[in-house]
Parts: sequence; C-alpha cells; structure tokens
Amino acid sequence: MVSEKKDRRKERLDRGIKVRTDGVYAVSSWLEMSYLLAPRLIFILGLLALPVLLYHLPYWQRVLSIICIYALLAIGFDFLANYVGLVSLGGGFYIGVGAYIAALLNTKLGLPPFVTIPAATFLGAAICTLLFLPCLPLRGVYFAIVSLMFPLLAARVIEAFDIFGGTDGILGVDGFGAAWMEQYLLLISVLVVVFVLRRLVDEDVGLVFRGVKDNDQAVKASGINITTYKALGVCIASALGCLGGACLAHSYMWAGISQFALDFSIIPIAATVVGGGGTLIGPVLGCLILVPISELLRDFGTLRIAVYAIILTGFIVFKSEGIMVYATRKYEQLERWVQI
Amino acid sequence: MSHEPLLTVDNISKSFGGVAALSAVSLDIYRGDILGIIGPNGSGKTTLVNTITGFVKADQGRVVFKGQDITNWKPHKIADVGLTRTFQVMRPYFSLPAYKNLIIPLFSPRARRTGGWRGGGKTGSRDTVAVDILEEIGFERDSYVPYKVASSLPTGYLKRLELARCLSLRPELVICDEVFSGLSMSEMASMVPLMEKLQMEGITLIMVEHRLRELFRIANRLVVLNFGCKIAEGTSEDVMEHKEVKEAYFGSEEVFGYV
Repeated sequence: MVSEKKDRRKERLDRGIKVRTDGVYAVSSWLEMSYLLAPRLIFILGLLALPVLLYHLPYWQRVLSIICIYALLAIGFDFLANYVGLVSLGGGFYIGVGAYIAALLNTKLGLPPFVTIPAATFLGAAICTLLFLPCLPLRGVYFAIVSLMFPLLAARVIEAFDIFGGTDGILGVDGFGAAWMEQYLLLISVLVVVFVLRRLVDEDVGLVFRGVKDNDQAVKASGINITTYKALGVCIASALGCLGGACLAHSYMWAGISQFALDFSIIPIAATVVGGGGTLIGPVLGCLILVPISELLRDFGTLRIAVYAIILTGFIVFKSEGIMVYATRKYEQLERWVQI
Repeated sequence: MSHEPLLTVDNISKSFGGVAALSAVSLDIYRGDILGIIGPNGSGKTTLVNTITGFVKADQGRVVFKGQDITNWKPHKIADVGLTRTFQVMRPYFSLPAYKNLIIPLFSPRARRTGGWRGGGKTGSRDTVAVDILEEIGFERDSYVPYKVASSLPTGYLKRLELARCLSLRPELVICDEVFSGLSMSEMASMVPLMEKLQMEGITLIMVEHRLRELFRIANRLVVLNFGCKIAEGTSEDVMEHKEVKEAYFGSEEVFGYV
C-alpha cells in the first residue's frame, strides 16, 4: 500500500467550464454546454417522469405528493437558514395555515381548488409574516424556539376554542380532479421554486439577503432595514409552506390540527442536512431520499424514528456537507492517478 | 464653512450597568472638517461612535445632524440621511468577492436615491460601479484585487473596504473607527492622502484613532476623551499641551512624544 502510493499520486483538476464561469459566463461549445445542462435536465426530467413511472402504484403516487410538500418546506427552510440566517422550525405552522385557509375558502365560500390554492399561498404567507414580525429581531436558537411555538400554539388554540371544526377538523374539502393534476401541480411548483430561488440568491437582492445572514450590523450601517428583508424571507418561506399545506388539504380532502404536526417542522431540517444546506436543490434530494425511507419503515412503527436518527447521525458525522455539495465538488473536479 | 454645525452632539450620556461609558459629552463638527477623537483604551470613543450612529441607545442627550434630531434613531435610518461609519473590527461579507461586498450598500434606498454611484437597473452595471469605487479607494483593478474573496484580503484592504462601503452611500459625514490600527507603516502612508482626498471631495470626517502622528497631520480639530468625559478640545498643538491629556496618557508630567 505504501509503495503503491510512492510512485503515483492523485491529481485534481477543475473542469474548464468552472474556471471560466467563475467570473464571466461564457459558453463556447456544445460539449461544455451539455456538461452544464446534463445534471439540470436529469433533475427536471427525472422529477417530471416520476408520476408516469409510478402510474400503477397509487400508494407511491400519494407518497410522491407528500415528498413534494416536504420539498417545498425544505427549500423554504434552506433559504431562510442559509441565505437569511433565520433557523425556522415553523414548518408545521405554514402547512397548517395553508391547509385551513384552503379548506375554509373551499367549504364556506365554495371556491374551486385552482382559486383556493393560490389564495391560500398568498393570504397564508401574509398571515404568517405578520405573526412572525415581532419575533424577527431574535436570532439563532431564540428564533428557532419561538418559531417552534407557533404550530404547537395554533393546534392548542383551535382545540381549546373549538373553532374551525375543533378536533374534527374541516371535512368535505374538494379533492383534485385527477391524481396526475395534483402531482404535476406540486412537481412543477417545486421545480419553479428551486430555479427561481437559485437565481434570486445570486441577484443583487439575494446578496442583501446573504448580507443579513453573514453580518447584519454591516447591512444596517449600509442604510438597509434588515427587518424588511427578514420579513421578506419569512414571507417567501411561508408562502412555500402554505402552498404545500393547501395542496395537502385538497389531497386529503380534509384540514385538521394534525397538519400542525411537528413532522413538518423537523423533516425539512433533516432533508436539508442530508441533501446539503445552501444548495436549494439539496433539500429536494434529501426529501426524495428520506420520505420514501420513512414510508418503507412504516411497518416498524415508532422504531422508524430510531432508524431515522441513525441515518441523520451518519450523515452529520461522515458527510456533514450533504449529498449535493459533495456531488457538485466531485462533478466539477477531474480526479486521476498520475505516475511519478 | 457655514456657521451651522453639520453634527451636534449635546450632553450624551451612556452607562452599561454601573459603568458610565460616556458622561455628558458634547461636540460640534462643521462641514468639511476632519475631527479627531482620541483617548486611552476604554475612554468611550467607540461607545460615542455607536451612540451617534444608533447602534447603542443613549441614556440622555441629543444628537442633531443637519438640523434634524436623530437621537436613538435606528442605525439604517441614520445611514440613510448620510451619516455612515466604519467598524473597528472589520465586518466584510467574508464569503463574497470584494466588489460584491459593495452591492449591498449600492442596493440601499439611499444609494439608489442619490444616484451618482448608482447602477441603472441592470445587474451588471451595479458591479461596474462597485469596481470603480474600489479602484478609487485603492484596490488595484489590474491585479484583480477587487475580484478576490473578502476572506483572502489582508487587513489594509479590509479597512479600505469598510470605507468603500460608507462611500457607496454617498455620505455627508463618515465616522472612521480606527482605520489606521493594524496597518503597516506603508499602508498607513497611503491611507493619509486618501483621507485628504475624501475631505477635498466635500466629505466631513470624524476619525477615532490611536495613531496620533498620522491623525495630527490631517485633523483640523481634536477631542480628547478619558473615562467617558471630554477632557480637552482644540488643535493638535493645544491638545498636546493640555495637562489633563498628558496625565491621561502617561499619568505624570512626562514628555508627550511618541505613542
């Protein structure tokens, strides 16, 4: 082993395109363009093909919808945590607010799903942002704790005052017309959100968000109100959660206090850790891995939490950077053995 | 020089717990001046800067800027009216290239309002403006320094980056919190003409410093703080002769020479 290492060494080279695109975006040949496009196309087409592949497996179609809902939450979590600097455990609250608004609009006003879903997204985002506004000066673990209170509080309030159907929830919500409509609505939302947010964080306004995370004092000293940008960040993240929640309500044809469940706050974090924080695509991959595992382990009952914990611990200890960061690095770097 | 002061600090006091960091400090600064604030460690210089710029709330007293009472305003609002500051501990966005650090101030409402440095809507143009500002302040464009990641830059450039952040807001008054500290002699030598250039451009400066030799070259007026009180004010010669100042620095009647 030692002698083997003596006469050869590993050489690492950055692929040409990366060197050139670091500063100026220049695409010169089909080969390099395909090199950039290939992973994106695999991701997009792969996701779009999933409903077709799962055509004969209605149970897994349902799982796919859940994956997408978790993915929306996880993207929102990743954006807030790694670009705005707010670790939000309020995922369950966003889902619940979205679900209840969609269900109320549908059952009380008789609005169809294609109206209630956008309405729940925007109205829900506005409500969540308003409620989070007093907590925005908090940072780090304090914000995390307060944001975790929201879903717990909401569920208890609905239970105690017996409003919105109390513990029974709101029944009789319209379903989607067809399963494929639900899946494609969610899949396309995930894809649009991922690519729009990835573009946004590299724009000038995205730099301001990153400034708030890196160093909020300097942003203040630059004459920018950081509360505005934090609120905007929460608004974006909660809009994604409410979109997921509204789809969930129409998918299950029901909205209830179990939609404020802690799962919606915790699994996005796990997905972000596994997928790679700060990549925005990573959390989607994380959900694609974790949610099916969680479904497969359903037979083991509560033991699945233990398996979950082991997977998470493994990732944090051995690959804390996450799948996406690791894969990007390997993809952009050529490795080869050179004889000495 | 107009007779109306650009900035008036009137009887500002601030205490942290039982420690009085500032007690009834007053000073005036006129347009086009360079005012130096000096004092031994712990004399309240940085607290004074923080109180003026809104990062710390004053217990009592008033800060008036351009005839407007800005006491205890939020820091971003104070920056918005044209009073900016650098930080003693440099606070760049370490993960970003140097010129991208300036995109954030250039994106602020003030920079967009005041034009001048502004990029016209397209993303690319704000980058150009940022590189121009950096070049003006001493980042050599040809050696690609403006494009280097902030975490890889030496202290001298980071101090300049702090100044550049202030300048991209087109400020009227810049408070420099120890821009000379931590610099090599040659870096300092190039910093002095830069400050003079800013003064020529009509920017009023307050410089909080330990490097008295450089400060005496450029400051019109000095204020000396000790234990949160103003103990002397005047030109550098006046202040150097002041008995209390000598005592504050040396504790006795020794010659006030090299610091």
